[in-house]
Amino acid sequence: MRQILELLERDAQLSPDTIATMLDLPVEQVREAISGWEASGAIRRYKAVVDWDAVDEDPTRETVTAFIDVSLAPARGVGFDDVAARIARFPEVRSVYLVSGSQDLRCTVDGATIRAVSDFVSQKLSTIDRVRSTATHFVLKTYKRDGDDFAKAEPDHRLPVTP
Amino acid sequence: MKPLNSVIAACPPSGIRRFFDIAADMDDVISLGVGEPDFVTPWRVREAGIYALEHGYTTYTSNAGLPKLRELICADLASRYGATYDPGAECLITTGVSEGLDLVLRVLLNPGDEVIVPEPCYVAYEPCVAFAGGTPVRVPTRADDGFAIDADVVATAITPNTKAILIGSPANPTGAVQPRAALEALVRLAEEHDLYLISDEIYDRLTYTGAHTCLGTLPGARERTVLLGGFSKAHAMTGWRVGWICAPAAVAELCVRVHQYTMLCAPHVSQLAAVEALSGSDDDVEAMVADYDRRRRVFVKGLREIGLDCPEPGGAFYAFPSIRASGLDSETFAEKLLQAEHVAVVPGGVFGPSGEGHVRCSYATALPQLEEALVRIDRFLRAL
Repeated sequence: MRQILELLERDAQLSPDTIATMLDLPVEQVREAISGWEASGAIRRYKAVVDWDAVDEDPTRETVTAFIDVSLAPARGVGFDDVAARIARFPEVRSVYLVSGSQDLRCTVDGATIRAVSDFVSQKLSTIDRVRSTATHFVLKTYKRDGDDFAKAEPDHRLPVTP
Repeated sequence: MKPLNSVIAACPPSGIRRFFDIAADMDDVISLGVGEPDFVTPWRVREAGIYALEHGYTTYTSNAGLPKLRELICADLASRYGATYDPGAECLITTGVSEGLDLVLRVLLNPGDEVIVPEPCYVAYEPCVAFAGGTPVRVPTRADDGFAIDADVVATAITPNTKAILIGSPANPTGAVQPRAALEALVRLAEEHDLYLISDEIYDRLTYTGAHTCLGTLPGARERTVLLGGFSKAHAMTGWRVGWICAPAAVAELCVRVHQYTMLCAPHVSQLAAVEALSGSDDDVEAMVADYDRRRRVFVKGLREIGLDCPEPGGAFYAFPSIRASGLDSETFAEKLLQAEHVAVVPGGVFGPSGEGHVRCSYATALPQLEEALVRIDRFLRAL
């Protein structure tokens, strides 16, 4: 059953019919499993992997992404969880992790411009209670994201008919 | 001018070539005619090849090949199948199974020796036997039996001149995996008539419906069996040209002798890449095999749904559906399909008379392409 999830994680558009054939399972069983995961929240949602650099309808419009490392003062009883949850609620924050090392949280933040991201950091993030310091790293180019390669795909070098 | 070599001049060019020429001139071709993986060599293996180049491993290796690679191959055969080969005396690295087959046939055959070749089979088997001075003797197999080799039928082809039986399992072009019982019967027959068995197991890792039987591990087989294998298919390394022979020491020694005078050694960089393939690339292989299997199921089901009878292909990455319902011979079917719908398949007749009435479809192609190919073949069949 785990294989159903692995297939969907790679291509969410696969139909239950195709998955059933691929894994040699009854299609009803595949449908039920998927509905079950959707209901329980094991499958959170389905979405497209967009390479925004390849979307050229409006070249002036771009999305800026930054990794922001946050150093925190811990609080008795809650550690870092309360501050992390508070940061995560901002819609411009794409991810928040507690990490080992010299900083405590690593966040990913999206914004329309460098200015927008900077404003978010200086006015929202840094002003949260117990945030001691932040370090912002703007993304210059995406090569690979969440397992998806953003480099131009190599063409198929095979001859059309071979023995 | 004096005539050229009569055996080679009499050998017809591969029937595959003509389709290549037509398909190469077309746009929008979906090719199911490709006999190699659609995966690129896993990155860790390519990276090892780059490292080898950067560090100047651009020399010859010993004739038999890198000891480390031979050790890994023998250890892999031992752990996977329980086969026992001595990497020092019973294993050599070849420039792909193609060279391995040529070496073995040259070493085994005297002029006039016959080699029994169950067909349909890989296009090179019969020419290689002939080039080595032997005479290929075809033995038919049947789609109804899943192209299993029938030892009783093989027995009828044995003469005092028969020297060896040459088989490939899992098979190109049928995808057939020989049942263990059929192989055991072949071994008994070989013992009875003192024949060598040449077993092309290049597709050994690509089996989907049961475990692969390594011929060299069957009782009585080892002393008369030559195993051929390589990295092209399971590790997606066709262009690196690296394979191996495992055989009893007397055979292996003479194979090295021919190899040292003709090929010298397999490419050094490719051998180092192969070392990496066997050292750390098993997850990559398993992921590719799982992917082929999923596509296999979708594609075979699709062929059956559009009315083409397709024997269950248990291995390799080929389906070999019957196209008899179309009323066309396989050559005409393939040519018309290519012209009308730009889908390239290989006519079964090029793999031997028992392949007539079938076409070889490789499913080493992305799933959306396979699905589109099925739509086009369906349209082609309806328009007939």
